[in-house]
Amino acid sequence: MLWLYVLLWPLLGIKPEGLEFAASTAIWAKVAVVSAILLALWQLKGRGVFDFASRPAQALSQALGKATGRVATWIWLVLVFAGAVVFPLVTERYAHDVAISVLVYICLGLGLNVVVGMAGLLDLGYIAFYGVGAYTYALLSVHFGLSFWLCLPIAGAFSACAGCIIGYPTLRMRGDYLAIVTLGFGEIVRIVLNNWMSLTHGPNGILGIKPPGAYWWQDGHIEHIWLGSLEQFYYVILGLAVCTIVAVHRLNHSRIGRAFEAVREDQTAAELMGVNTLGIKLLAYSLGAIFGGLAGAFFAARMRFVSPESFTFIESAMVLAMVVLGGMGSIPGVILGALALIALPEIFRGFELYRMFVFGGVMAMMMLFRPKGLWPAKRMGVRSEERD
Amino acid sequence: MRGPTLEPILELKNVSAAYGRIKAIKGISLTVYPGEVVSIIGANGAGKSTTLMAISGVLPITGGEISYDGVRIDGTAADLLPARGLCQVPEGRRIFPRLTVEENLDMGAFFRKDKAGILHDLNRVFQLFPILQERRRQQGGTLSGGEQQMLAMGRALMSRPRLLLLDEPSLGLAPLIVQQIFRIIREINETDGVTVVLVEQNANLALQASTRGYVLETGNVIMEDEAGALLANPDIRKAYLGE
Repeated sequence: MLWLYVLLWPLLGIKPEGLEFAASTAIWAKVAVVSAILLALWQLKGRGVFDFASRPAQALSQALGKATGRVATWIWLVLVFAGAVVFPLVTERYAHDVAISVLVYICLGLGLNVVVGMAGLLDLGYIAFYGVGAYTYALLSVHFGLSFWLCLPIAGAFSACAGCIIGYPTLRMRGDYLAIVTLGFGEIVRIVLNNWMSLTHGPNGILGIKPPGAYWWQDGHIEHIWLGSLEQFYYVILGLAVCTIVAVHRLNHSRIGRAFEAVREDQTAAELMGVNTLGIKLLAYSLGAIFGGLAGAFFAARMRFVSPESFTFIESAMVLAMVVLGGMGSIPGVILGALALIALPEIFRGFELYRMFVFGGVMAMMMLFRPKGLWPAKRMGVRSEERD
Repeated sequence: MRGPTLEPILELKNVSAAYGRIKAIKGISLTVYPGEVVSIIGANGAGKSTTLMAISGVLPITGGEISYDGVRIDGTAADLLPARGLCQVPEGRRIFPRLTVEENLDMGAFFRKDKAGILHDLNRVFQLFPILQERRRQQGGTLSGGEQQMLAMGRALMSRPRLLLLDEPSLGLAPLIVQQIFRIIREINETDGVTVVLVEQNANLALQASTRGYVLETGNVIMEDEAGALLANPDIRKAYLGE
């Protein structure tokens, strides 16, 4: 903490016009006062000064927890789903746009969650599969005019293939080495997209991608229409996200999901139990890639334009941050994480300048106070070595 | 127990294995017949655990032959062996700490599809280790050391093995628990007909539970005999039984 104060003052003083310490001293003093007050409050809380207020508050929250616990989970699910369906009817364009990107990131986060949360393989190049999916649909749509719905499974399959190709040589590695190699592959995919001019038009990107089509009852007969408006996109991605959630949930409770976890916990022991560890890891990797590819195809359809700059490392880091922030291996956690990282910055647009600063601070705080995420997976409970 | 007409279930011929450049075992030969309990004893670093890891296929061997059921298994991927009835309980138990007891046991039957058989074996495991049934919904990592050892053994039994390799089942456990574990090893052997290869530092206990024993020293077999004879051997008593 002291270091922060010592460094803050001279750093704030450095301005493009030269050194200027008058204003920085004022800011420095404000920061110091606020943190001193917070520190004092923390100390007082530690001594139990606020017990008179926190006890009833605790009792209230417990009572609330009991009351909500009595309502069955499916009722909550139905409520949330109904809310999601009604959402575009009660909000305007801007909110639709944000909601669409939240849902895209939910799909991506859940896909990465299979790889990182369940199988425990740190993947820093996940966005590559998003890119593969997006370019698959973009190219098929522009050159062959194939429909979105046909391309969706193709994009998934292509991403799964890419997952296998990348996974096969890399998955023999463990831990840090794997992270570095996946980071490298992620960049390779982006650089290939950037430089393969004849196929991808390089940094110019691909224009003229068609939106998804649909058959709809119109003027007394069924007609083919293009789903071009934001609400329609919203419902498409909502459907995709729900499919992803259901698929990941089923996977979580299947034997394969348990094998993923066993490999994460102890690879040698899993092997001794008859688990083909390389095969299982490849499966996790390509399953995760499929979800990334589906989200990518939607992204291309929604933007009607793809270019390599949408698939940079910072996007991978963002998705990974969602998974870690929300709680590794937990579906509601990842959804919360995506909401927090996409929607909140939009709400606090006024502070855009400090976005990365706040982002870093929040992540550091999370790791200190809630290392298992906002909504931890049940399995990730207390480990014996942590308890004693 | 050992009949002259029986074919060996496991046979190692002149097997050697190494970690990088360090040779851990240098030409080990041993034979295990169906129905036996064979213990491998020796000091730290004698190559006992390495031998088991080589049999399970986790550590590739650099020379020699390993046959199981008359078929060579060296070079076979480790994950294919449990389905053929060869299963190892690794040193230090290595259960899956964040999976529940029940899920850990289910992982033991990972390759099996016969639901009725799995349920039958689950009941058998709960019969052998009632404590596991009590704690079935608890995470593996929250169990005590002895319970974890029982879970690791139960998990291996769920694969319905014919040959069970046990690596240091007494490691770090209280004497009372160790006795209980060894009682169950004998029961598995006698009632369920599972052949057992037992690696132990606690030579006295291991030999008392065994039919035969091998003594390892710096990667070589230096002695092989009936368990009773080894227990009576003055050299063994001096070197491994602390007399």
